[in-house]
This record gives sequence, C-alpha cells and structure tokens, in this order.
Amino acid sequence: MSNSPKTLFDKVWDSHVVRQIADGPDVFFIDRHFIHEVTSPVAFLGLEQRGVSVLFPEKTFATADHNTPTINQHLPVEDPLSANQLLQLEKNTSKYGISHWGLGNPKNGIVHVVGPENGITLPGMTIVCGDSHTSTHGAFGAIAFGIGTSEVEMVLSSQCIMQPKPLKMRINVNGQLGKGVTPKDVALYIISKLSTSGATGYFVEYAGDVFENMSMEGRMTVCNLSIEMGARGGMIAPDQTTFDYIHGRELAPKGAEWDRQLAYWKTLKTDPNAVFDKEITFSASDIEPMITYGTNPGMGMGISKQIPIAKDLEGGASTYAKSLDYMGFEENDSMIGKKVDYVFIGSCTNGRIEDFRAFASIIKGRKKADHVTAWVVPGSHVVEAQIHAEGIYDILTEAGFALRQPGCSACLAMNDDKIPAGKYAVSTSNRNFEGRQGPGSRTLLASPLVAAAAAITGVVTDPRQFL
Amino acid sequence: MAYDSFNVLRSSAVPLPIENVDTDQIIPARFLKATERKGFGDNLFRDWRFDKNDQPKSDFVLNNPTYSGKILVGGKNFGSGSSREHAAWAIYDYGFRCVVSSFFADIFRGNSINVGILPVQVSPEFLHQIFTEIEKDPKAELEISLPEQTITLVSTGASESFQINGYKKHNLLNGFDDIDYLQAMKDEIATFALNR
Repeated sequence: MSNSPKTLFDKVWDSHVVRQIADGPDVFFIDRHFIHEVTSPVAFLGLEQRGVSVLFPEKTFATADHNTPTINQHLPVEDPLSANQLLQLEKNTSKYGISHWGLGNPKNGIVHVVGPENGITLPGMTIVCGDSHTSTHGAFGAIAFGIGTSEVEMVLSSQCIMQPKPLKMRINVNGQLGKGVTPKDVALYIISKLSTSGATGYFVEYAGDVFENMSMEGRMTVCNLSIEMGARGGMIAPDQTTFDYIHGRELAPKGAEWDRQLAYWKTLKTDPNAVFDKEITFSASDIEPMITYGTNPGMGMGISKQIPIAKDLEGGASTYAKSLDYMGFEENDSMIGKKVDYVFIGSCTNGRIEDFRAFASIIKGRKKADHVTAWVVPGSHVVEAQIHAEGIYDILTEAGFALRQPGCSACLAMNDDKIPAGKYAVSTSNRNFEGRQGPGSRTLLASPLVAAAAAITGVVTDPRQFL
Repeated sequence: MAYDSFNVLRSSAVPLPIENVDTDQIIPARFLKATERKGFGDNLFRDWRFDKNDQPKSDFVLNNPTYSGKILVGGKNFGSGSSREHAAWAIYDYGFRCVVSSFFADIFRGNSINVGILPVQVSPEFLHQIFTEIEKDPKAELEISLPEQTITLVSTGASESFQINGYKKHNLLNGFDDIDYLQAMKDEIATFALNR
C-alpha cells in the first residue's frame, strides 16, 4: 500500500493518524490550533468541569476578532456580552499559557489573516479552529478545517480530534482568467456549479494553471470558500510561490530548520496516477466577474447574466422562491443596475492587502456614491499598516471612504457593523444567508473589484468598464 | 459523560420542509455571545420564529401548537454554513433529540453527535413520505431505533435503515464522548507528538 500513488491530501492526512478505530473515526493529530473569543469559552469551561488541563499550550494561538468593534478599539468594548467573551479569552489563555493577540495587540486581526501573515501556517500541517473558514490555511498545502466547540475542547485537552477520513475531490481550472476576474470570482463560479452541498463529504485539492499562477493571497481566498460548497476544506500543493511567501515571516522556521522543512514541503504534491473519488475540470475562459442573487453562496452568476428561472434548476422550487422573495428579486432579472445601499470590503475571504489594492485600483480618482455607506475593514493591523504605507489610505480618503480597524465586522455582524433590514449590501465576505449581515439584511457576494464599482456608482456595475 | 444516552425514540415530529437550512438560521450570530452552554433553545430559529418586535410569527412551525415532538425533520442539506456548535446546542436545548433529513452538512452532523443529538439521514423518497404523513396527521409518530439503525413511520409501518459508524453508535448508546476516549490514550498521543 505504501508504494501506491498518493494524493497531497493522503500524504498529510496519513502522517497525522495516531490511531485508526475499526468502524470508526481516525484519532487525528493537530499541529496548529487557532482559537477566538466566540467558540472557545465553553471548551475551557469543559476542561475545568472535567479537571483536565491543556496538553500542548504552545500549539494553540488565540486572537480576538469575531465580536470586536472596528472603531475606537482603544476604548472599553461597550457591549457587555462581547466584553465578557473578550475577557474570558484573556483569562483562559493566561491561565493555560496560550499565546493571545487580543484587542490592541499590534498582531491582532482576523484569525485566518494573522496565522499566515505571521508564519504560523505552514505546508503539511494539520490546522483546526472553531470556525468553518479555517479552510483558508489549505492554501499552503495544509489540511485545515473548521470544528465545533466539543472538538476545540478535544484539541485543548489531547491535541487530537476524531474524524473519519473524507473522500477526495480534485477541481482543475485551466486557462487564462479574463480581465477583472479575481480569485473570488473563480471560487464563486465553482460554488455556483457545484451548489452549497456539491462537495459535502469531500476534501478538495485545487489544481491547474489558474491556481499555479495565483498569488498566496488569491489561493487563500479560494481555499477559504471551500466550505461554501460543503467541502471540509480545500488545499493547493505548495510551490515556490508558497515558499517565498513564508520565508522570513516571524514564526516561520529559520536557518537549518528552514532547509529541513523545505525539503519535506517539496514532497507535498499529488503523485502521478493518484486516484481521486471525484474529479471536475473547468475552463478559466468561462468565468466572468461574479455576483450572488440569492440566500446561499451557490446562488451566484456572471454579473452580465440573468437570475435563473426556478424550473431550470434541480428540485427545491419552493426554497428557491422563498430565497428570491427574501432578496426582493425576480427570476430572469438582470443584476446590473440594481441599487446598492452598503458596500463592505474585508473579512477572512477578502481582507488582505491585495484585496485593498484591487479596491483602490477602481476608486482611485473617483468618488463614493453619496447614498452608499461603505465599511472598509482591514483583516489585521499588519494589513492596516500596509494600506497606509502603500498610499491606499490616501486614495480611500480622497474618494470619500473611511478606514476602520481590523475584525470580522459586517461579515457576520456580531459587533455593531450591521446592515439594516431590507438594505442591499455588496459584500466581499463569504455568506449571503438570510440575516447574516444583520436581521433582514440582503447580501450580494462579490469580489473587491465589483464592490469598488458598486461603491462608486451606487448600483451593481460590471467592474470591467473601469479597468 | 457529556449527555444523555440514546436508545429508541418514539415521538411525533416537527416538519421544516426547507432546503439548505444553514446554521445562521438555526442560531443567528448575535446570539453566540454566551460563555456557557445555556438558554440557546430560546433563540432557535430566532429570525424565522420571531418578528423584529420579538413577537412570535404565527406562520412558523415552532409557533404552531399543532406540531410538537422530540424529532425535527428538515429538508436537504440541513445545517450548512458556520461550524458553530451553538446550532446543535440550540436544537438540543429546545428539546429535540433527533434531526431527520435527506442530507446533512458535515460539520453540523459531527457537532450533533458530539452533543447527543442523533442525525438520521434518509432517502429523499422516505423524507417525502414523512412530510406527507405529518401533513395528513400532525401527530404521526416516528420510531427511531439506534440499536437497529432503523427509522419507522409508525402509522404506515414504512421503515428505512440509516448509517452510523460503530464507534459513534457505541458512544451514543452509552452516553460516552470523544473526550473520554482521548483522555484514555494520552500517553500514546504524547509519544506520537514526540516522534513527529
């Protein structure tokens, strides 16, 4: 068996199995565990109730992001429940000796932004966090996925979780992406083809020249959205782009240890003739800037197209009608020209410096539409500093945009950044579920370019006319 | 140790024939601010169940006294989206012990078992039969046997088997959880970590 061809996923998974249980899950070892204030407190409480401690505190990293405010972070957090969660995180991490980048720490930011940017995320690792967008870290050739709070408690107490090995899917995208087509569009396109459950039960490897030619930040955007087609996670084989990104980052290996690990990382690719349970191939030239029109990320389409007609879709006509009714849209409508009230750029999906560069490329020398409220939220303080250093801050200010402070913000609206009921938001985040961005909010998921075009014109606009 | 054991459950069921019920609907993010596992049932399906003035919406099934029971029956792809275990806590805290659907999202399925809810996946045809029977008689009962791995519509006798791995089945039958298991193999884990 050991000589048979293996996928990248097999190589990483198999090397982390502590014990295989017959007719049961694998006991699966975790290299890196990220925690945040929302899904960890009950896990720490569980440890205390059982009277057990944290087995390897140096393998867990905490940041506060989900419910933090994005203005006036130097002031006490007003919402007492949010303040309490932040306090609990501080207390719990201090008690067990876990690294904690809380509010005000210069390394603070969204968990899936700060992990890679500080060199914590490395190829070949197993990485979990009580957050479904942990799949982001798969961009480095790691197996990374979201877990529940019971599993957070497992990792804290034993550095393992119990998971059956998922099936394997490879998604190939080949060719040249067109003008204005970003990694976000590639991901939304794939999800629109597979639906939100099309990859459930699978772990995805993304392959083909589109991903090979993509930056690390773009790969993170793609892997981030793997969960939105139901996949546990998605990964991309590490290559020179990956190694160049990691090299020199603060917590990345150095010197001889770098050389040793690099030699291992170079083995992390799918062998020729390795078999996947499912393989799908798309052509890059079929993808245009995308936008969603419904209430799950699978309900997306090319921005120049019309909203599909229910009878052309498989099953679920009543669910489809409910969704369009919530959005206030009709079958066969064009999205172009629809009024936009809010624009949100940020989140673990599109909150990195390349996203703000893309946004700035369109708004530069233009003005924000008067009726649009825009929230520009960097993924971390490091990204915030880059925005200043690269002159993007000045471009934003001149165009009438204010820059906020880092956090998850309006992606899930746990803090005050809530889209009001009935209002339309073009959002670079990851979910357009009913009420996701605030009760009654209506979300149109799109790339930073589409978000910028909407912010300038005040309506859904094809960004290619500005490029 | 974390929850009640599960053996055979016979109960009427609450129908929710909607597809892609995501965890943001099951428990919206603004209700994730507790630091203890308490009271989440009050906010189960919050925005479908209550209007913006916190008044119950009469057309939502949980507000219809005709339907009750310990089994929730949902449409395809139940529990998609966020990994929040709070969704499973909310369903449990409300009083459900079993969720039936023709397809579950991965993380939700795992979280459910970890908190003591049995996710039962049935064929689309059987799901349709269940919805039809409940429509005819809201008190129609389902019997779910974990030892036998069967789900039966009591009124018609129609039955289907469901999958669960032997390890998880043993845990649910006895009220054991994964943390107990992992604690018992800590030395093996420490050795594994050392040799990595």
